[in-house]
Amino acid sequence: MTTNALPPLTKKDFQTDQEVRWCPGCGDYAILAAVQSVFPELGIPREKFVVISGIGCAARFPYYMNTYGFHSIHGRAPAVASGVKMANPELEVWVASGDGDSLAIGGNHTIHMLRRNVGVKILLFNNRIYGLTKGQYSPTSEFHKLTKSTPYGSPDRPFNPISLAIGAEATFVARSVDIFQSHLKDTLKAVAKHRGSAFLEILQNCNIFNDGAWLNLTEKDARSEHVIQLEHGKPLIFGKNRDKGIRRKPDGDIEVVALGNGISESDLIVHDAHHPRASYAFLLSHMEHRPGFPTPIGILRDWDDLPRYEDVVVQQVQEVIQKKGAGDLAKLLKAGDTWEVK
Amino acid sequence: MSTVTDILAGKNKPEVIEQAVIRFAGDSGDGMQVTGSQFTNTVALYGNDIATFPDYPAEIRAPAGTVPGVSGFQLHFSSSEIHTPGDSVDVLVAMNPAALKVNVADLKPNGILIVNSNSFEEVDLRKAHLTGNPLEDHSLDKFRVFPVELQRLTRVALEHLGLDAKSMDRCKNFFALGMCYWLYNRSMDPTFRWIDDKFKKKPILVEANKLALKAGYSYCEATEAFQVNYEIPPAQLSPGLYRNLSGNQALALGFVTASQKSGLKLFLGSYPITPASDILHELSQYKNFGVLTFQAEDEIAAITSAIGAAYAGALAITTTSGPGMALKTEALGLAVTTELPIVVCDIQRGGPSTGLPTKTEQADLLQALFGRNSEAPIPVLAAATPGDCFWVALEASRIALKYMVPVILLSDGYLANGAEPWRIPNLDEIPAVPARYETNPVDFLPYRRDPDTLARPWAIPGTPGLEHRIGGLEKQDVTGNVNYEPLNHEKMVRIRSAKVEAISQDIPHAPPMGDPEGDLLIVSWGSTCGAIMQSVKAQREIGRKIGHLHLRYLNPLPGNVGDILKRYRKVLVPELNMGQLLWVLRAKFLVNAVGLNKIQGRPFKQSELDQKIEEMLGVRRTS
Repeated sequence: MTTNALPPLTKKDFQTDQEVRWCPGCGDYAILAAVQSVFPELGIPREKFVVISGIGCAARFPYYMNTYGFHSIHGRAPAVASGVKMANPELEVWVASGDGDSLAIGGNHTIHMLRRNVGVKILLFNNRIYGLTKGQYSPTSEFHKLTKSTPYGSPDRPFNPISLAIGAEATFVARSVDIFQSHLKDTLKAVAKHRGSAFLEILQNCNIFNDGAWLNLTEKDARSEHVIQLEHGKPLIFGKNRDKGIRRKPDGDIEVVALGNGISESDLIVHDAHHPRASYAFLLSHMEHRPGFPTPIGILRDWDDLPRYEDVVVQQVQEVIQKKGAGDLAKLLKAGDTWEVK
Repeated sequence: MSTVTDILAGKNKPEVIEQAVIRFAGDSGDGMQVTGSQFTNTVALYGNDIATFPDYPAEIRAPAGTVPGVSGFQLHFSSSEIHTPGDSVDVLVAMNPAALKVNVADLKPNGILIVNSNSFEEVDLRKAHLTGNPLEDHSLDKFRVFPVELQRLTRVALEHLGLDAKSMDRCKNFFALGMCYWLYNRSMDPTFRWIDDKFKKKPILVEANKLALKAGYSYCEATEAFQVNYEIPPAQLSPGLYRNLSGNQALALGFVTASQKSGLKLFLGSYPITPASDILHELSQYKNFGVLTFQAEDEIAAITSAIGAAYAGALAITTTSGPGMALKTEALGLAVTTELPIVVCDIQRGGPSTGLPTKTEQADLLQALFGRNSEAPIPVLAAATPGDCFWVALEASRIALKYMVPVILLSDGYLANGAEPWRIPNLDEIPAVPARYETNPVDFLPYRRDPDTLARPWAIPGTPGLEHRIGGLEKQDVTGNVNYEPLNHEKMVRIRSAKVEAISQDIPHAPPMGDPEGDLLIVSWGSTCGAIMQSVKAQREIGRKIGHLHLRYLNPLPGNVGDILKRYRKVLVPELNMGQLLWVLRAKFLVNAVGLNKIQGRPFKQSELDQKIEEMLGVRRTS
């Protein structure tokens, strides 16, 4: 049987025989299901996939994916992934991580991998809480959050993960939600297509320690009022009746406007995810913190013109080989000034 | 002695001597390391045996002329075999009062002292916190002092080139070097070649440096300053082709060789740290050997990227020093439990914490052996000399790949920067470094072990049919699935331990040197080997019954150590720490060994070892 004759992969091919051990009702199940249904559609042989994680609830992810997988140590998945990708740029490397893993203990590795544009995909499961250690606040928890470690409220101000990723000039930055399955799958496919670093924040519920983490975005009625779905080439519109939009102000800032009364769709910003500069995506990434503004989901930035880190590294090796010739060990050992003892 | 010598020396016939120790000392900006390296290269090319000791401050440029800014380079060169840079020096070149103040205590009585007399003005003396001028107060009467106007004479030699004063002054170290070449009757050609290459883009600096060098040489010839010069004939080293090699260079070459011999891509993940950074610098030049160097964002990313690269099939290494080693601790445990082959090089320096970044110490042994949470055994090897670093890099790679384990390689600041003549091996003298990936999906399980080595299969991503998961959680024996069962955990802990212990069957017995039994056994590891060999040799020449056991493998220990310890009445363990190998030997073999411990950021002097040996033998001379 030739490779061509192999039947196409199915979701089942990516499931392992290991019992999934997340709490019943955890948002991670939905994310796992979405990933397992998207991977077989990518046309990539299963053995090319490597799923790497650090520590935390999300970090159990590799055990449930029937690919190559590496459950490493807390926060270090992007560094492990960078090593894998440099050693073999042909591999399809995905990192599954949480808000503590990627933004607290592993914040350094996350931003450095993004700035280098290593061809690794990071899925950041953001439930705004520490689950595996049973309920302390995380770097994305709201200011003044009451948790086990902050009985009088957290004094920390949170990171906005997509602002952070865009600030590190990640070439692909997107956000989706665990329970928005079709949106999540479409976004995962876009992540898969991107060659450089791709950062996907997945808003995820922790029904044990932070239930309703994103309720104002996920509740049916609230959803359309509080969420704006970004689509490349389309105007920024939201609202139950699609009656609100985002407009540029003359000073370069943005504002929310009601459609009608002389304001039409043509006055709104048309989303440009492929913009070469990160400043536009950054402006969108933190509008949710302003009164009256919605929370953006979708692809904020998708700019693939920057060479991947591993390709630069390989190219450099090839250039030096071309210039100096392939290394000759005998010559290397005898390099420099030598003398003969008879 | 030889006609070449006569020609070079002109009318003076040089006095033939066996060996000399020379030290160049000046400000960190005076180019003392370059000067010392050039002198070293020249005498090595001539065929002398050499041992060097560069000693420089952690500050890049401490305030000029001050004691903290003094940088030194010591070279011992000889017509016979030597193992140390020498206890005290025959010639001291001091570029300023601070350099004189710091170094003069090491100059032998009647030794030659060359000082830059232009830098002994009152302001210079004040910077060195000297109240009087040593050139005038007779404190140097027991030496042969040669005050030379290095600055003025260099400027005179270069004045026609149109350089500014600062640029001219930068060449004064080569004036001093030229003087030393005359003093030891050496050709300036190797340094001329170096200057041509170094300054090839700035012809005026080629000319300036060559002129300064020649001016120094001619100054000695014309003024007959020294009356006599010396000739140290080539040493009788074993036949072969030689080059001068530092420990860090040797490590880099060793790993490139291991990569070529194993057919694996070499990956280095590293974060710059003194005194290990030169390995990163060296390896980053060898891209035409396919070497991948990754300057990571921190020490942890340096090792975890190496673990990732090893997982993907590379020969992966990381290089660091003690503080970085501490940061890598958790990841070392990950490499232990995922059983991936990496080599971790710890180029030890004085500690704790930031400690003495540029000074040597051997105090990371216990960290290497035990510095991880829980039971996490790791093979540990240590290099004995700069050249030995090459061979230890190969051996560490071999063990890592054969047994699928992380391996720690210990070197130190003294080996890293020190240099010695290294006999270049032919490729067929270099042992094989076998490596094998698993490709057969039939009955594949990630923790199904090779019954001989207990190594688990190396199944790299991209191999069809071998998809599997590894990680830091405890694994079920054979299947590698996550498993928390009590008996399985104990079994896995014991397997990981047995795997490392069994390596003792695969390493040579430590060869005892000196007397095979007798009054005293000296046990050493790492860079103190040379000084101890020299001391043992001297002591045995006067009839003392001493053996010397040098340990290259610290974990597991070679199989014969326990037996050898029993053959001597007393056991001495000299270390540049508070007694770490001593602690291991006492614990493991219940032997009443004693330590000689020096924690000064400096290597042992032979005299310090001699004194302790004589004290232990009850023959200490009272002087």
